[in-house]
Amino acid sequence: MDDIVSLGFLATTLGATWRLATPLIFASIGEVFSERAGVLNIGLEGVMIVGAFAGFAAVVSTGSLPLGFAAAMLAGMAVGLVFALFTITIKADQIVVGAAINLLGLGLTAFLFRTYFVSTGRGVEVARPIDIPGLSDLPFFGEALFRQNLVVYSTLVLVLVAVLVLYRTSFGLTLRAVGEHPKTVDVAGRSVAAYRYGAVLIGTGLAGIGGAFLTLAHSNQFVEGITSGRGFIALAVVVFARWSPLGAFVVSLLFGLFYALQLQLQAQPALNIPYQALQMLPYVMTIVALVMVRKGVTPTMLGVPYNKA
Amino acid sequence: MKGPDNSGKPFLRMDNIHKRFGDVIASRGVTLEVEENEIHALLGENGAGKSVLMNILCGVLTPNEGEIIYKGAPIRVGSPREAIRQRIGMVHQHFMLVPNLTVAENYVLGQGSPLRVIRDMARVHERIATLSARYGLDVKPDALIQDLSVGQQQRVEILKVLYHGIDLLILDEPTAVLTPQETDSLLELLRDLAAAGKTVIFISHKLDEVMRVSDRVSVMRDAHVVATVRTSDTTPRELARMMVGRDVLMDLPRTSSSPGRTVLSVDGLHCNSDIGLPAVKGVSFEVRAGEIVGVAGVSGNGQSELALALTGLIPVTSGSVAVNGEEIAGMTPGDISRRPISHIPEDRHKMGIVLPLPLTENVLLQRYAQKPFSRHGMLQHNAIASHTRDLMRRFRVKAGGEYDRIQNLSGGNQQKLVVARELARNPDFLLINQLARGIDIGAMEMVMQEVLKQREAGRAILLISTELEELFAICDRILVMFHGEILGELPPDRGRIEELGLLMAGNTAEARRLSPA
Repeated sequence: MDDIVSLGFLATTLGATWRLATPLIFASIGEVFSERAGVLNIGLEGVMIVGAFAGFAAVVSTGSLPLGFAAAMLAGMAVGLVFALFTITIKADQIVVGAAINLLGLGLTAFLFRTYFVSTGRGVEVARPIDIPGLSDLPFFGEALFRQNLVVYSTLVLVLVAVLVLYRTSFGLTLRAVGEHPKTVDVAGRSVAAYRYGAVLIGTGLAGIGGAFLTLAHSNQFVEGITSGRGFIALAVVVFARWSPLGAFVVSLLFGLFYALQLQLQAQPALNIPYQALQMLPYVMTIVALVMVRKGVTPTMLGVPYNKA
Repeated sequence: MKGPDNSGKPFLRMDNIHKRFGDVIASRGVTLEVEENEIHALLGENGAGKSVLMNILCGVLTPNEGEIIYKGAPIRVGSPREAIRQRIGMVHQHFMLVPNLTVAENYVLGQGSPLRVIRDMARVHERIATLSARYGLDVKPDALIQDLSVGQQQRVEILKVLYHGIDLLILDEPTAVLTPQETDSLLELLRDLAAAGKTVIFISHKLDEVMRVSDRVSVMRDAHVVATVRTSDTTPRELARMMVGRDVLMDLPRTSSSPGRTVLSVDGLHCNSDIGLPAVKGVSFEVRAGEIVGVAGVSGNGQSELALALTGLIPVTSGSVAVNGEEIAGMTPGDISRRPISHIPEDRHKMGIVLPLPLTENVLLQRYAQKPFSRHGMLQHNAIASHTRDLMRRFRVKAGGEYDRIQNLSGGNQQKLVVARELARNPDFLLINQLARGIDIGAMEMVMQEVLKQREAGRAILLISTELEELFAICDRILVMFHGEILGELPPDRGRIEELGLLMAGNTAEARRLSPA
């Protein structure tokens, strides 16, 4: 029991929190872009698992981790392009297309995995932790915060860039206007459709990377359904974060904490809680988050196709 | 001020413009000439094609045929951006402002390269402040659009166009959303802009504004320009005739009133506003069969709540409301709507119609379960369609057909359909909150005559209106509401308009001094 309150336990949990939050940070910050432009991509789960598989397959065949993450991003964007084609150009219902993308992603990756990889049982070389010199040797928290892999560190850059692009560039301003009052953008002579395509591609590209983190860093294997609802949780994170990239980062860490606690507490036999109850934690929090949404900050045109004139 | 090179040639000439939307012809070979540095009014009824023509000029719509000659050379305005490049700017009827961005952010929206990092917002703020001061507009660059009143938003929108640098300013029905005071300052601004060398085209269907501010007027009817005249050479009556295509009766003939039995009786009515404050404070009056009782007042003095309470949409906190002797206070809106009571609501979009539904289903809203529209639980499409066509014909509703979505109609045509629907229910008591909102002058007369016919047929009618003309034209007596109370009753006598105005402002003592009795 003493273990739970010890500093060592805290440090381990903290390190795991950031690591476990990383796929959510990528997917949710990407989805913030998409939703700020008025496109709700509930197909995020499908995009993430395609990224997870594509990254894994690329590393298996090339042995290069950077190529793996690049492949994951491109695969995510390819799925995003299909989604955008249907929802933006053809103006189909975003929920229906998103649901189809989820089914497609889960089914397609399972099919390809069984066809090409399942009998090999092969794992890949995962992303190695990098020590930040000096800091990683600090007692307790040094290892947790300064001995992570490059992808985990890159979430810090990602959130900064996302904030900069969304709030400090002409692109970001226009993108936010597209989700609120697209006609203004049209009248200002910019293409609403082009911005929405851009937003969806940013979102799905990042979700692809988030997915690949699961197969190339978190574990060294692809498993069917490996994303286990993280795409849906990322959607909840966006809502909880009130469509802000910085918020998405913080809320992802919060969900990461629930994943980490769940794992750590399972390893505490003294704690007489069935592990199934602990595993529910992130999902219960998702429901709580969705109940807490307040109206008024949602992008006004979220989910509404734009018709010119 | 005219340049010597284009003397004799107009500043702008839109030549033989054609525009069709499916089967609807919105522009039928329109030719419009505008001179440099003038205020040119584009006058016409709803659906006459004014907005379409101007949307073509500013690049939002592309014409099927026709040519635009601007500053002596033909131009093609394929996009709004091209229009801005040609120094043509438009203030749309529905503002093109993003509510959760600041004024300055709205101004830089879509400007420059998308990849540009916005660093020089301070300079933008400064430029806005300078421009704002020059035209006396009081626009604050860092204010959020959603915190501004409609009048302020309009100033932001006008300044936005000026900020982008234009020579030709187009305004689409700019006064529709303004109070009389805001209208005055807008018209003054238009004069200032013309004095500063800009050319202004403004769309309107209000004769008095056109007479007050424009140099020349082009009148549109049925998708073409019927005449262009100097404002100083014409009269409101002549303009009205050109708009409608025949003489308009400014005063409606009617028989003297001979009210019958009491239909509506309201006694000591109290109810609250949506934020829980008392809005109607002990109002009592009667409306009898065959009379039209008007309720005048500056909007926000309890008229909306009165209408909502009479139809059961908000609870009556105390007092009684009886129709045909039956107490209806406390009944649900459903119960009330099954009685012979019709309601033409104030805000048709919120309460009168369902925008994405076709005309037929909008006509059916309260009567979907009644014969002949429904038999054995099945909707009778032939009966519904023929009833809808009948209403459309009688009220001259312009639409693609009875299955057209109602959102495709102009506001005036939507209102005509609502009025038609409510009158067709043959109510004993007809509650009208703003009769002619959005309806143009020709249709207004027709609608008023239909309401007068209801009076002849012995209906009891309560007309709540902020338009005094509407009240004077058809009411038998006018009640004045102020701060939730009825301060007095007047005959519909234009000679006593000053007294009415004082009552509307709550000044009973002064009003009593003017009263002849």
